[in-house]
Amino acid sequence: MVKPLYEPGAVVDGYRLDERAHIGGMATLWRVSRPGATMPLLMKVPLIGEGADPAAIVSFEMEQMILPRLTGVHVPKFVAAGDFAAQPYIVMEAIAGKTLLPRLPELPLPYVEVAKIGVKIAMALDDLHRQHVVHLDIKPSNIMFRPTGEAVLLDYGLSHHFRLPDLMQEEFRLPFGTAPYMSPEQLRGIRNDPRSDLFALGVLLYFFSTGVRPFGESETLRGMRRRLWRDPVPPRGLRPDYPPWLQEIVLRCLEIEPAWRYPTAAQLAFDLSYPTQVKLTKRSERLKRDPLTTVLRRRFNQGATRPYAKQALAAQLSSAPIVAVAIDLAEGSAALNDALRVTAGRILATLPAARLACLNVLKQGRLTIDFTLDAQGHNRQIDRLVGLRNWAEPLKLQEPRLTVHVLEAVDPAAAILEFAQNNRIDHILIGARQSSLMRTLLGSVSAKVAAEALCTVTVVRPYPTVAEEKPSSADDSGPSSTD
Amino acid sequence: MLIALFADIHANRQAFSACLAQARDQGAERIVLLGDYVGYGADPEWAVTTVMELVDKGAVAVLGNHDSAVANPREQMNLEAQIAIEWTRGVLGASQRKFLAGLPLIANDGERLYVHSEASSPASWSYVTGTLEAARSITATSAQIGFCGHIHQPAVYSMSATAKMTAFTPTTGSAVPLLQGRRWLVVLGSVGQPRDGNPAASYAMLDTDKRELTYCRAAYDIEQAAAAIRNKGLPVWLANRLFQGR
Repeated sequence: MVKPLYEPGAVVDGYRLDERAHIGGMATLWRVSRPGATMPLLMKVPLIGEGADPAAIVSFEMEQMILPRLTGVHVPKFVAAGDFAAQPYIVMEAIAGKTLLPRLPELPLPYVEVAKIGVKIAMALDDLHRQHVVHLDIKPSNIMFRPTGEAVLLDYGLSHHFRLPDLMQEEFRLPFGTAPYMSPEQLRGIRNDPRSDLFALGVLLYFFSTGVRPFGESETLRGMRRRLWRDPVPPRGLRPDYPPWLQEIVLRCLEIEPAWRYPTAAQLAFDLSYPTQVKLTKRSERLKRDPLTTVLRRRFNQGATRPYAKQALAAQLSSAPIVAVAIDLAEGSAALNDALRVTAGRILATLPAARLACLNVLKQGRLTIDFTLDAQGHNRQIDRLVGLRNWAEPLKLQEPRLTVHVLEAVDPAAAILEFAQNNRIDHILIGARQSSLMRTLLGSVSAKVAAEALCTVTVVRPYPTVAEEKPSSADDSGPSSTD
Repeated sequence: MLIALFADIHANRQAFSACLAQARDQGAERIVLLGDYVGYGADPEWAVTTVMELVDKGAVAVLGNHDSAVANPREQMNLEAQIAIEWTRGVLGASQRKFLAGLPLIANDGERLYVHSEASSPASWSYVTGTLEAARSITATSAQIGFCGHIHQPAVYSMSATAKMTAFTPTTGSAVPLLQGRRWLVVLGSVGQPRDGNPAASYAMLDTDKRELTYCRAAYDIEQAAAAIRNKGLPVWLANRLFQGR
């Protein structure tokens, strides 16, 4: 095999190497150009040859398989790959800007900003998981942001694709990942749990909001293994002003047992987006680490950890959907609201990890200036929130499964659609308005939502009562134009 | 080029017809048959005749243990398989028996190799049940990609340049890139008697230009195939298991 020459100015398969952008432990990144290219390009060349880490080759092969199969704004676009036997490389879209790594000197960041960053990364993870991939190396240097705001996840060399051979799994006995961010199950060699990415994101959120890494920087296996039984210092123990809702979210991400974390990245993003609705458990109150007895029990009772059943990623995600139900609180919608509750109840009973977001749209006039107080001086927002909780009460949902939202909008259908898209809603339940007069005047909200939503929409109607005898309009009584 | 690969047809006319039709719709340009055309199922005559016609038109076919047992009563088999083969011997004509007897154990096709069972000793009909057997099979030949059947459960094995093994259970319809620089053993599911819990007939398509392999399933009229087995007086379990894919 003739070794290709990688140096500035060299041309590899039509790509001109302009500038070396980065030299890592496993690969070198080059800025490359090609006549007719529609975007800035990056070429990744693995470090192979004598003395190179054999993992570099395998991780490059993994990326070569996974990247071409990914789509969407949260991944760099795949452009081309070189034949491994001749000239191994991957050409991909170069994302403008910097990773999160240069921000480390600014830490800790303001809480609200950390939450915003967290939402963006969780959204990107949700998108990746839905494409059957667990990233397994979430850390600041692998995260960038597009000018439009979306997070982009880089480097799929350690990732697991549920529908491709996992070359990393049996090649190596040692866990692969980045020490401070690696989840407990990754340390045990488990590579197919999407909640490992939520753990890594939890580490990042903890680090960015406190300036301290929750599990230190130890690179030794022994040091890393401590996280299998030792919990981190609660952020409130480090910063007295740390918001309880953020501690609740961060510590839930850092649970040792994956089943105790958020079931999906979308549910994590949802909580980060609505801090006031986060259910505050014991986690949010803690100021100290677990007592030694608890730690020792975890330390020496490792066998009690349940064995892992491999579950398809898609099945895992679809068992924990976010369902949104649009409720009209106007009078005369009781029968429809009962029907909506029955439908919502069925879904939530079947899927214990599902959660329900109850929506109501507060219509704004197009031209008038709206006041939050109505004629009687009631706060309309609060009235609606109370109304939504009242609607949901018979479902007897535990608090973390239920949130209520009043959307202010001119166009109710557009508001529901926007909410669904921004919050990765899996399923919208909406009632069909019965009054034909209203429908004629306003157009059908449910029809528009059903037609334009990107997710599943169920249009609910109350059980039809047997129709009363209607005077038929065409032939007998009534004014007729024929005589 | 698109190659359609079929293994363990086992005289199941309904299943093999469904697979052939689906593979043709997908644009298969070449057909590879990995053995066990007879045994278990009710239409051995049709199955062998169909294979003979396909071979006439350029298909590659290798010998399976059930095919070998037709002329060779000393092949070791379980009781149900033995009953089915004894019945099959009385059904196949001379030209069909001669065709089966003349099939090769192994066929080479460029960087690819076709064989019914584990390749290091093809006439002893060993199963590839894990990475150990897969490694033995891969190192026994110089082929980049080996294809076999026999075990009736789809699997893909890969050997890296440093001889480390990876095992993988493929997902139907999801293409697997067979990367250069490593060697592969592709184990096919069964057309006529799937045993991976999915009763639909199993086969695979290989795109040689993209070096991508896709496992496919074809739904077929199991009721009819099972009825035919019962009507021929073959063991009822051979009919029943088709519904479960076990």
